[in-house]
Amino acid sequence: MTNRRVIRRPPALVLLLGAVGLALFVVPLAGLLWRTPWSDLPTLITSSMVTDALGISLVASVSATVFSALVGVPLAWLLARVEFPGRRLVRGLVLLPLVLPPVVGGAALLFALGRRGMVGEPLYEQTGLVLPFSIWGVILATTFVAMPFLVITVEGALRNFDERYESAAASLGAGRWTVLRRVTLPMIGPSVMAGLTLTWARAFGEFGATITFAGNLPGRTQTLPLAVFVALESDRAVAVAISLLMVVVSLAVLIALRERWWKVL
Amino acid sequence: MESLVTGAPLRARVVINRSDDFSVDVDISIEPGVTAALLGPNGAGKSTTVSAIAGLLPVDAGRIQLGGETLDDPSSAIFVPPERRRIGVVFQDYLLFPHLTVLENIAFGLRSRGARRDQAAESARQWMTRLGIDGLERRVPGELSGGQAQRVALARALVVEPDLLLLDEPLSALDVTTRVELRRALAEHLADFAGPKLLITHDPTEAFLLADVVYVIEGGVITQSGTADEIRLRPKTRYAADLAGSNLISGQAEDGHVDVGMFSLSIADHDVSGPVLLTIHPTAVSLHRTRPDGSQRNTWRTSVEVVERLGDRVRLQTGGPVPLTVEVTREAMDVLSLRPGVETWIAVKATEIGVEEEWAP
Amino acid sequence: MSILVVIVALAGCGGQGDEELLVSAAASLAGAFAEIEGAFEDARPDVDVVLNFGGSSTLREQILGGAPVDVFASANMSNMDAVVAAGQTVGAPRVFAFNTLEIAVPAGNPGSVDGLDDFSDDGLLLGLCAEAVPCGELAREALSTAGVTAAIDTNEPDVRALLAKIEAGELDAGIIYVTDVTSAGGTVEGIAIPEDVNVTAECSIAVLAGAANHQIANAFIDMVLSDEGQAILSEYGFSSQ
Repeated sequence: MTNRRVIRRPPALVLLLGAVGLALFVVPLAGLLWRTPWSDLPTLITSSMVTDALGISLVASVSATVFSALVGVPLAWLLARVEFPGRRLVRGLVLLPLVLPPVVGGAALLFALGRRGMVGEPLYEQTGLVLPFSIWGVILATTFVAMPFLVITVEGALRNFDERYESAAASLGAGRWTVLRRVTLPMIGPSVMAGLTLTWARAFGEFGATITFAGNLPGRTQTLPLAVFVALESDRAVAVAISLLMVVVSLAVLIALRERWWKVL
Repeated sequence: MESLVTGAPLRARVVINRSDDFSVDVDISIEPGVTAALLGPNGAGKSTTVSAIAGLLPVDAGRIQLGGETLDDPSSAIFVPPERRRIGVVFQDYLLFPHLTVLENIAFGLRSRGARRDQAAESARQWMTRLGIDGLERRVPGELSGGQAQRVALARALVVEPDLLLLDEPLSALDVTTRVELRRALAEHLADFAGPKLLITHDPTEAFLLADVVYVIEGGVITQSGTADEIRLRPKTRYAADLAGSNLISGQAEDGHVDVGMFSLSIADHDVSGPVLLTIHPTAVSLHRTRPDGSQRNTWRTSVEVVERLGDRVRLQTGGPVPLTVEVTREAMDVLSLRPGVETWIAVKATEIGVEEEWAP
Repeated sequence: MSILVVIVALAGCGGQGDEELLVSAAASLAGAFAEIEGAFEDARPDVDVVLNFGGSSTLREQILGGAPVDVFASANMSNMDAVVAAGQTVGAPRVFAFNTLEIAVPAGNPGSVDGLDDFSDDGLLLGLCAEAVPCGELAREALSTAGVTAAIDTNEPDVRALLAKIEAGELDAGIIYVTDVTSAGGTVEGIAIPEDVNVTAECSIAVLAGAANHQIANAFIDMVLSDEGQAILSEYGFSSQ
């Protein structure tokens, strides 16, 4: 009897549908590459409009991710571990930005935190602080739409976490903070990182809430997505160049993190 | 090897009312150096009791004291959280931290209590040598065999020099061969630990071999406590009797005789009267081809009904007037030509019959 | 699979055999064209006019990208010229109205703005339309003619977005069309820009090459140019030169 590995081909229908799915992603990307003005690319990419927008996008998306982690992880912990009245409602509210059109989110932020907003007006009168039309507005808008990703992922991880490990740690003398720091968080680490990756990706691509709440000013609040939008109507080549830049940056980040953390997604 | 632990007895009265159909009310006392086993079927309340002693569950009533320190006393509103109790726990699945190396796992308790990394590592290494697992420092729990994992879990619990050691079904996660081997090793390590030790298990052999004192727990209460032999030879409940494979017979006692229905057995105790539970160990019964002479007054003729071989021994079920489980050697079987249907004489010495006044659950 | 076919077939049906006319019009024409639509549909009950509003440059891009638009009404000539240059129009575009710019402030003028000079004030929150949009292009022209270096805080994608922020009081001032100030009613106040620095936008309209029914398209344009149409436009603040 020969030792022969039998390779079974996947069913034809699965292959076909999978190929269609893949095409959905690949074809638009191919269209982008087809339009790219390769010879002008270096000049376009280094123009101030693009470099400004890139800087703002990176600052805002990274800040939004960090802020989401600082606030989102504790919130996820509360949702996963503490039984408080109205928990389901709170979870629904936290997930709302995922469902709402981002522009609606931006409008809501404006009503609440704009200069004439519910909270924004007293804030402005007391401190002179104006959130829209500033980088803080961009960060706030992107955090608003992106944080739910982090909360969902971390809450899921905590729910699936075997709490007996925490009992074991406690029996060995670890206080609650030590248990969190040395046992729980490291063990849910991969899920947290996957959540942060999703959060960053969402923040990086955010448009609707940003333009509605933070406004659009090159060098101050114009992120890469906003720049593309503006450029589409004035200078197509710049728009394509920026689009390509976004694709490259995003791919770079997602591929770099793929190995270790996408396993849990 | 000496342990640096000083003797601190455990006095635990644990009352927990979880829900309508589950409650625990037990009283356990363990002297330093003594290994006690909490033996019972699943759902009897073993894990709940141990969780309470470990501090993972507060008691609803009662008191837990270790040495002079009160760990839990609802009436005085005292509750010491688990991280401040000096108790080492070896968990059922060991619960070794999968993201830490063996050395980090063992050193975890010391580091959590503030020890410096190098000191903790040094102590950890010493314990690894004592338990014969040096060389595994850099491995992760996922790479360990059952036996290795058990010893790492033990080292992790012992390195913080606890006053009390709790072991939750320490051998149940192992296959039979490893279990036998590790039971011996565990017995040695337990002997070296100077404080009180509480072992919970559902395996009677484990309890009887490792423990000095056995607490039988059923339905949330302790139904019997005593040495292994006491429980084996004089079980008070059906469950305890099943553990030892004893014969358990109800009857009415009066003046040295017990009426068990179709027969009257002579017993050694003349003082007991009223409803009693008799235990006759299968090995305390002798079989004869003809009516035996001698001092035995408990003899009768019966037939063999079922024959069961257990290695070198044979278990028989006999018929009336008093059906018994009898254990004999294979040689005896052959000599007597015992087969189902064959008639034989039985003799039981009165002094071999254990008598307990009927215990009403 | 069969369900898919049925849905596609149903989607193709409009209302009882109505002819559809898709008109892309600049955002500033919103109010006026809505009324003109009503008047046209009264006169031609067999036609269903569908209005698509947006920044003229956005609409231009849509048309150049192949959107199935029948009529294009632009707020300035440059966007219309681009469409003509691409060969997408049928016949010459017709200028049908003129619009000028005005400074808009929230009701009550909280920023105490009184003229174009205030647009160089860093302390005020000021907005313009994005440069690519006619309103934005013209506003910058006016500011430059007036010699003002503007300290702008945001470039909104179209006039409606800019107006919304001014109405909400999130901006202290912005430059929009006179017609937008009129249509906003009491929620914004207008501050006139002196004629010597102000710019005039020519609104033009044309039938597009891809139009399904040229006769109906031309009829719509005729309505816009008619007395009735012009009256509606001037009601909204447009001028006829």
